[in-house]
Amino acid sequence: MDWLLKDWFSHYNYWIAIFLMMIGFYTVISRGNMVKQIVGLNIFQTSVFILYISLGNVAGGSAPIVREGITLFSNPLPHVLILTAIVVGVATSALGLALIVRIKEAYGTIEEDEIREVDRMRESVEIHIEDALQDKTLHEDTPR
Amino acid sequence: MEQVIVTVLLGFLAATAVAVIRIKNLFAIVMLFGVYSLLCASVFLIMDAGDVAFTEAAVGAGITTVLMLSTVALTGSAIRIDKGSDKRNKLMPLALVTLTGLALVWGTLDIPPYSDPAAPVHQHVAPRYIEDSPQEIGIPNMVASVLASYRGFDTLGEVAVVFTAGLGVLMLLGRKKRKDQNKS
Repeated sequence: MDWLLKDWFSHYNYWIAIFLMMIGFYTVISRGNMVKQIVGLNIFQTSVFILYISLGNVAGGSAPIVREGITLFSNPLPHVLILTAIVVGVATSALGLALIVRIKEAYGTIEEDEIREVDRMRESVEIHIEDALQDKTLHEDTPR
Repeated sequence: MEQVIVTVLLGFLAATAVAVIRIKNLFAIVMLFGVYSLLCASVFLIMDAGDVAFTEAAVGAGITTVLMLSTVALTGSAIRIDKGSDKRNKLMPLALVTLTGLALVWGTLDIPPYSDPAAPVHQHVAPRYIEDSPQEIGIPNMVASVLASYRGFDTLGEVAVVFTAGLGVLMLLGRKKRKDQNKS
């Protein structure tokens, strides 16, 4: 029991990060609405940020900026990595959201299954048109 | 004390994330995501990552929320309510997520405890930046000197990524406007 309690507090941050990551993952694979999927993707990303910043923390340390009277600093490397990751993350989200706007214009919906249905309908319509055209050319070829 | 605040804030984060997947209105989801990002920024600030907290508050809670809001304004905020029939479709993702989560938790048991100064991460590379970068680069903020000087090429690559993404967004959304102009 004592072991569990000790382990619980020393790994709590990592487990919350994993919990958030799984919530984001679940949103991406189980929900059909595309804006919701982008939100899920962002939650997934943020969980990784929390994991990295947790790993970089040092007990009793301070933010990695030199000041008088401070000798113990947190690890600056994870901070640098995550700064880059945040900016790249917003770039990918922006691209995804722009794609969603275009999909809405082209399909009239942002639900995944409805888009698939529209695609199927369009395909069958195209096949019908092709068949009709082929019939027409066949009839034209035959001498009257 | 610090750990207590982090624990409470992380609890809030988990609750917000659960609310995000349960709510059926996109506007509410996006606003909750803004709350989530701001909570994240507070967690980063308490975990000594000031620069990351600024960026998360400005970029995550600010720009991303604005982008999502404008997308919702263009596409409509109603989510189609799922019928009861696809309950079976949700069991499979839930099982997959639980399995992955358990595997990851099993993996964390090998990670040294939170904020342990003896952890391997703090033994290599980082001490050099902490000890030498203030003299070598001449600015007190180590994160800034690593980002802009030691790892300057990485930051250049990041700029290239952001530029490409901006170009992509322009090409996706700029096309329609030109067509309209040709018509009129």
